[in-house]
Amino acid sequence: MEQKVGSFEVKKGLAQMLKGGVIMDVVNVEHAKIAEDAGACAVMALERVPADIRADGGVARMSDPDMIQKIMEAVTIPVMAKCRIGHFVEAQILESIGVDFIDESEVLTPADESNHIYKHNFKVPFVCGCRNLGEALRRIGEGAAMIRTKGEAGTGDVVEAVRHARTVLGEIRKLQNLPEEEVMAFSKEIGAPFELVMEVRKLGRLPVVNFAAGGIATPADAALMMQLGVDGVFVGSGIFKSGDPAKRAAAIVKATTHYNDPKILAEVSRNLGEAMVGRQISVMPETEKIATRGW
Amino acid sequence: MKIGVLALQGAFAEHQTVLESLGVEVVQVRLPQHLAGLNGLIIPGGESTTIGKLADAFDLTQPLRLFGREHAIWGTCAGAIYLSQNVGRAQPLLGLMDITIERNAFGRQVDSFEVDLSVPCLLNIDPEDKPFHAVFIRAPLIESVGKGVEVLASLDDGRIVAAQQGHLLATSFHPELTGDDRFHRYFMEMAK
Repeated sequence: MEQKVGSFEVKKGLAQMLKGGVIMDVVNVEHAKIAEDAGACAVMALERVPADIRADGGVARMSDPDMIQKIMEAVTIPVMAKCRIGHFVEAQILESIGVDFIDESEVLTPADESNHIYKHNFKVPFVCGCRNLGEALRRIGEGAAMIRTKGEAGTGDVVEAVRHARTVLGEIRKLQNLPEEEVMAFSKEIGAPFELVMEVRKLGRLPVVNFAAGGIATPADAALMMQLGVDGVFVGSGIFKSGDPAKRAAAIVKATTHYNDPKILAEVSRNLGEAMVGRQISVMPETEKIATRGW
Repeated sequence: MKIGVLALQGAFAEHQTVLESLGVEVVQVRLPQHLAGLNGLIIPGGESTTIGKLADAFDLTQPLRLFGREHAIWGTCAGAIYLSQNVGRAQPLLGLMDITIERNAFGRQVDSFEVDLSVPCLLNIDPEDKPFHAVFIRAPLIESVGKGVEVLASLDDGRIVAAQQGHLLATSFHPELTGDDRFHRYFMEMAK
């Protein structure tokens, strides 16, 4: 019997297996092992966590394939890696070394200021960021098999992650209550493909898995995003920029599973040491915000 | 009938949706007390290391082993790994089924695939002889089975992808993703 690889079902399916889990940014093999031991459901291999990309400035690009492959060899959980928005050659390189998921990420410096990658052409699944329903559905239209709300990466301030999750989920609730004849105008207003808008209206959710990202730094932050209705969380700088990464990583994993149990959340939040220092987004100049990258 | 889905991590909601469409009462199991009164349990796909570590952390491992002595358990993908006795590396396992698993046996995600399988045992559920469309995602393989374990399905090359040992069931693919509920109905019969 014939085997079919690289179908959208299979790509979307891996995202479904990540649900209820925590995906952690790691910059080397040692971090990757700490993340796996803590119960991460996947790791994101990159050379610098977003907080350092912010601090260092300059152009942020795809990581060294050698560094990514060493992490792939060190852990059994899926390994993701980032390419720049629109940089389909970086994506081809990441696919060729066998990463399990590509994040077409605003955290790196965009390579194209009009277009994202046409992701249907790849066998490897993609995750993309969004701030609202229109952006999510444009990415899914291009072939993204998973969505994450953007938040504001590298800040340790959860406020933007909350804003983006509330916006996406709120727009879905609004869409479900629209009469049919208003759906086309709605889809025009948010700049999203009509067929996908109709599908979301029917499903009452995005047609792919939706994680939260950008600014999650504590077990309570992770549980907050889960209670708001996302399927799982990405934690970037929040773990390895904290005082005790192994302990904090395990605590965030537990909080993501038991997000509705305040007693367990209190237990896992005890004595975690210093959280990442963080940067308050409300006093950050607009030019320093990276969530606005993506079109 | 009341069936639990282990809700530590992974695609548990997908199993819940299929079971509820079949009129089953579903309980999400995160702590030992959630096992009380269940007729059976599904351990979903996800990351087997994550699921095993969370079960250990919340004292669920031993209660799951005791539950599995008398009650039906079905593991899909990561769940099948977790049910097994041996995966060739150190990670938390229930060790209930006498099967040896090879993790990520087909390669990485770019090698994940769909295929039509012949599954003769499903004829007891639906007499129409049609293949089962199976989705394999970074899938494990059942490398070998012990005495008393029945092979339910294999790939063309003979490699085992579904097996049953009494009231325990393991599939390396994902019947919860494809809209064909015959495996769920088969498991409901096992849980009766």
